[in-house]
Amino acid sequence: MIDIYSQLPILLIAIPLFAAPVCVLLGGRWLTYLLSVVVCGTTFAISIGLMQQVIKYGPIHYEIGNWKPPYGIEYVVDGLSGFVMMFVSALAAIVLLYGKPSIDAEIPRSKHYLFYASYLLCMTGLLGMCITGDLFNVFVFLEISSLSSYALISLGRTRRAPLAALQYLILGTIGATFFLIGIGLLYQMTGTLNMSDIANRLDTETGPRTLLVAFGFMTVGLFVKMAVFPLHSWLPNAYTYAPSVVTAFVAATATKVSVYAFIRLVFGIFKPEFAFEQMPLGTLLLTLSLVGIFIASTAAIFQDDVKRLLAYSSIAQIGYMLLGIGMATTDSLTAGIVHMFNHALIKGGLFMVVGCFVLRLGSSRLSDWRGAAKTMPLTSLAWAIGGLGLIGVPMTAGFVSKWLLLTSAFESNHQLVAGMMLVSSLLAVVYVWRVVETLYFSEQPSAAAKEASEAPVWMLVPMYAVIFAVLVFGVWTQFSAGLAAEAAQSLLPLDLVPTAPTVSPGGTP
Amino acid sequence: MSTEQFLGLYNYWIVIFLMMTGFYIVIARNNLVKTIIGLNIFQISVILLYVSMGKISGGTAPIVPPSMVSHGHADVPHVAHADNHADARPHDLHSDETKDLAHDHQDDHDNEHDSHAAQESRGTAEDHKETDSPDALVNHPVSDSDHHAADSAHDEQLTYSNPLPSVLMLTAIVVGIATTALALALIVRIREDYGTIEEDEILEMDRAA
Amino acid sequence: MIEWTGSNAIWIAMALPLLAVFWVFLFGNVPNLREAGSIVVSIVLFCVNVSLSKLVFRGGRPEFSFGEMLPGFELNFVVEPLGMVFALVASGLWVLTTIYAIGYMRGHHESNQTRFFACFAAAIFAAMAAAFAGNLFTLFIAYEIMTVSTYPLVTHHGDAKAKAGGRMYLGILLSTSIAFFMFAIVWTWQLAGTTDFREGGILSQAFEENRISSVLLAVLLGLFAYGIGKAALMPIHRWLPAAMVAPTPVSALLHAVAVVKVGVFSVLKVAVYIFGIDLLADTGASEWLCYVAGATILLGSLVAMTKDNLKARLAYSTVSQLAYITLGAALATPASVVGGGMHIAMHAVGKITLFFCAGAIYVGAHKTDISDMRGLGRAMPFTFGAFLLAAISIIGLPPGGGSWSKWFLAVGTVDRGMYFLTATLMVSSLLNIAYLVPIPVRAFLTPAGQEPMKINEAPLMCVVPLCITAVGSVLLFFFANEIYSVLEPIVGVQPDPS
Repeated sequence: MIDIYSQLPILLIAIPLFAAPVCVLLGGRWLTYLLSVVVCGTTFAISIGLMQQVIKYGPIHYEIGNWKPPYGIEYVVDGLSGFVMMFVSALAAIVLLYGKPSIDAEIPRSKHYLFYASYLLCMTGLLGMCITGDLFNVFVFLEISSLSSYALISLGRTRRAPLAALQYLILGTIGATFFLIGIGLLYQMTGTLNMSDIANRLDTETGPRTLLVAFGFMTVGLFVKMAVFPLHSWLPNAYTYAPSVVTAFVAATATKVSVYAFIRLVFGIFKPEFAFEQMPLGTLLLTLSLVGIFIASTAAIFQDDVKRLLAYSSIAQIGYMLLGIGMATTDSLTAGIVHMFNHALIKGGLFMVVGCFVLRLGSSRLSDWRGAAKTMPLTSLAWAIGGLGLIGVPMTAGFVSKWLLLTSAFESNHQLVAGMMLVSSLLAVVYVWRVVETLYFSEQPSAAAKEASEAPVWMLVPMYAVIFAVLVFGVWTQFSAGLAAEAAQSLLPLDLVPTAPTVSPGGTP
Repeated sequence: MSTEQFLGLYNYWIVIFLMMTGFYIVIARNNLVKTIIGLNIFQISVILLYVSMGKISGGTAPIVPPSMVSHGHADVPHVAHADNHADARPHDLHSDETKDLAHDHQDDHDNEHDSHAAQESRGTAEDHKETDSPDALVNHPVSDSDHHAADSAHDEQLTYSNPLPSVLMLTAIVVGIATTALALALIVRIREDYGTIEEDEILEMDRAA
Repeated sequence: MIEWTGSNAIWIAMALPLLAVFWVFLFGNVPNLREAGSIVVSIVLFCVNVSLSKLVFRGGRPEFSFGEMLPGFELNFVVEPLGMVFALVASGLWVLTTIYAIGYMRGHHESNQTRFFACFAAAIFAAMAAAFAGNLFTLFIAYEIMTVSTYPLVTHHGDAKAKAGGRMYLGILLSTSIAFFMFAIVWTWQLAGTTDFREGGILSQAFEENRISSVLLAVLLGLFAYGIGKAALMPIHRWLPAAMVAPTPVSALLHAVAVVKVGVFSVLKVAVYIFGIDLLADTGASEWLCYVAGATILLGSLVAMTKDNLKARLAYSTVSQLAYITLGAALATPASVVGGGMHIAMHAVGKITLFFCAGAIYVGAHKTDISDMRGLGRAMPFTFGAFLLAAISIIGLPPGGGSWSKWFLAVGTVDRGMYFLTATLMVSSLLNIAYLVPIPVRAFLTPAGQEPMKINEAPLMCVVPLCITAVGSVLLFFFANEIYSVLEPIVGVQPDPS
């Protein structure tokens, strides 16, 4: 009798991985859909189970095939990876649950089973990147998720979709290859691929210059996958021309997992002292992310296609996560991790709203959305709420991460960064509200909006589950901020930058 | 950097040359198929990088020779260990050696690798110090420590290349093939939709639309 | 059974408007039930606040906490006199406004009434939360909820004008609060280690330890004064006139009482409980704010004179009157702060009457421009009578309640030796007379225009509330001493325990 609990880490990967070819073998539309939903649901359940075990007993180390690390491949679930896997699998399941009508409308029926297979593979890749403790494995899973997402993006309705996918493929492959070079150099220096083993063996203080090269290659490689300004050029087209369901899933998860990999790289493999004191990573991240936030947010304001608008907004939001990493204190890292989670929810929810509109209005162009609030009030309201979350209005998840980021910026004496961050978030007000006004206050509704009907309940319920979660995690912060704080604590126990003199909290009332 | 050192690193120069060539093709070519070829060259350079760093001049394939098996069983536990897993995947083979070394020689890499360099009797000790030293660690059961010396004396041919990079590259090649296949499939679709595979013409058509 | 204690009263007072929100949504299709629910809840809320006020005015400081929301930031509510007065005013006027709104909305056959009443109740919830907020963080959250929940009210008509007004409203309020207010809060937190409202302020220690200079204190005060956009300090006052596209009950309650008063109330609280009036007075950090407030008072009045649209005129009058309260905070003397606190109540009652009248004139006579209102007084005697009483209170003439608050503010300017500002207050009062009094006077004294007199009073549901508030603004004149003694503790005078 195998203890199923002890096998959860491998099941998390194995189930979707093997379900994907089964989808191809089964063919058809309904059966594959049901299988995929069940698999995604199971994966989500497993990730919850893993997270519970982590909370109770601490990090889980799973040795594949019983080969002892650092020789065998090891799966590690700790606070951070468990947290990321949980929201990735949750969003994968919810988006799939929501997406059936949208998939039917946007993807040729003959290709449905292939779509589900790619979807599952993509999720496998993303989860694998989180769970594995082996650096080369990260590359393999990165490519699994990337390749399947190229395929998913190319399924879009217009002829631009394959081109967008190809552009993403070229840049993505270069990024992944850079990452691979970095792995190679690290291996050359340490003779091992296990991440914690590398971390132990790497002499970051007096090590050879190869270390810098490896770090540089891996950072740039991941910057491409994260779509950090100025390496973001693949993202707007990919998000715009992909099918709505794909956009919702990829936008919510893919870049966040890359951010996760980056956090692991900086704090788990290279030491933060190396990254921030020997290398100018802090300055680099702060500069790039602030510039990126301003440019991408401004670009978002001028987009006429809502998918593209949200895509630029995603580039900007990645900047906030990197700000959290770049300030390199425990609190700012917490903020960055929380923002990963919150932004996954918010962007996932908003792209789901876009999916509903595309289904009913046939387009994601803003001019076709004029006056749609009259005929699609619930979907429009969901946009308004999700948009408030994106802006960061209190009682939404976006506020929590913004507040944490702000306080940590003050604590680490980055007042200027704090100010710029706040000003930049005003740009979000503009682009979110532009859509709200188009929906609610257009004198002449577009022809499509006049005849549209409310999105099917099938889509509305999962969509509102996500939108509702945006509100819930705006009030109930113990879960997200608490888990993130623990994860940050284990990655960066001591702040690098001397913090502001601590004032005795409280005083006399 | 002396000429000798420069030439001693020839594998890296080849890698860099290939990498830049591939990169240039990706950036400069408008023809999508050529872009993909460039991408392939770029990937190939990385494969070379890996394989060359696992290679030791004069090293053999990592197969445990029969002579060693017959001797090893009786007196050297670590060889016996290797024997048990002789048919296991290379990853493990590498690991057995590393393990011993990792424990014995965590802190005297330099010694280690000097001896290795000496054994190889090549003049590029310094280069190796910077680049190959961990491989030396991995690849040299012969030279690794004193208590193995007696054992390895009768078996000096056992210098073998590190197999792990090659194995990793098998995976990378598979990934590369998948990428290329997918890219070509996409290009076929683009060609069907646009009637051309020149990127500037496609963008022109998109702008016009 | 829930025991009737102060802290229970706090959450009940906040839960009641939320209950009203759900009730309104639940019975959205049954107007009578929907509105009956609103009225009942508003009355119960007022009673709860009255009973809570008995405790607070005797010196009690009931507390209620939802626990830590973010590390170091608690969602905490503490009731002190200033907040209590604000809560009483807002909840009391909510009762009347609800009644008035029913008459107005039905008389006008407005659409989307369910959304209207729901957002209305949500705004009251935010007002209660702001009134009881125990620290800046809580206040900020309540403040933002109010901004967002009132946006659908401002844009109620859903046309291009509403869109433009709403854009101005949300744009200014949200951006100032995010860019300045939030920054100021976190800065305060960094300096003081807390954001709690405490008597005597929390920043004095940081100042003594030289962690902030008096110049930076002035900057911080500026971030607060302009971050709290709802205080409508010039030049970020534009949202207030823009918000007048809303239906009149919204303008009445929200843009004369709840929204704008949350703004000036927050400014007062920041001045008194964050900086502390002693710190402000000693460092002179608020001196610049006195002049800005003084300028806003004068300019607001001057602009009001040029407006022919009644609601626009009232809006600019509000801008001017709000600056009185900001001035009270900036002067930072005991008399001026208490005067500012009193003016919250006095101005609220007076201004809501004026807005009620504007709405009643619109419903009864379909007129919005002052120049068209000649001779209407005879057809609508109650409305214009009430207008006159309220105008007297706003101007600050006896027997209007406003005379007392303006008196204490003037005392404050003299205390600080700013005679220039004393003069400003006098001039502004003259301007008030010039732009408010002619309206009822012309309505009563000049003969009507050509059109036949078929104009009657607005529905009873509209006229009764405005008469009550008009009488109230006079009654406040006689109860000024009570309000004064109730508010004294905020500047350190202990209340009489009897």
